[in-house]
Amino acid sequence: MTVRVQSDHFDAGAELNCFAQGCGDIGAVVSFTGVVRDTQGNLREMLIEHYPGMTEKAIKTIVDEAKKRWDLADVLVIHRYGPLAVGAPIMMVATAAAHRAAAFAAADFLMDYLKSRAPFWKKEVTEQAETWVAAKDADEDALKRW
Amino acid sequence: MNVIYFAWVRERIGIPQETVETDAVTVKDLIAELRAREARYDAAFSDTTALRVALDQELSDFDAPLAGVREVAFFPPMTGG
Repeated sequence: MTVRVQSDHFDAGAELNCFAQGCGDIGAVVSFTGVVRDTQGNLREMLIEHYPGMTEKAIKTIVDEAKKRWDLADVLVIHRYGPLAVGAPIMMVATAAAHRAAAFAAADFLMDYLKSRAPFWKKEVTEQAETWVAAKDADEDALKRW
Repeated sequence: MNVIYFAWVRERIGIPQETVETDAVTVKDLIAELRAREARYDAAFSDTTALRVALDQELSDFDAPLAGVREVAFFPPMTGG
């Protein structure tokens, strides 16, 4: 299991190529990469704030829960903070398992929980304004399906 | 205890963290003490349904006791991922 919280850019392809090396019985690798969107066409950057210390602990707790629910050979979570440009990767998760059902489900679970239970806050910065992104009820509701 | 603020809570209060001397029994009591201080605290804590709290870096709730707690953090609902 690897959890990284960083301001630096990462290369999702390179990360995936190194992921789960030497882990043995793996028949499936699933990954998700979240990217900075420019929904209105005027985004200058996205600023991500986090709670150092709690962030790492919260992510590890979420990963441990995923490992209890599914038989996972390996898990990777990378989440960035600081100023991010449009199109830049924000975060990624990767899961490795013997079969795809566990790898897909665990990646989906990790994403739902990282969205609402890892202490990150997004702020959109345009030429006109700085706006904190509001949490969606749908994101909280998504946790109920697990 | 150390009280930390994040995102718009930090911006509204105007500082990222502070040391608070308090006899507050629960998080709710601490919020009431902070709100009584100044308008900026009163505004930041006016709607607690828009806030979350962590005690010693674990998500908690507003009725939770503060005995033994060293770090309290207030922030809006998280928007990771």
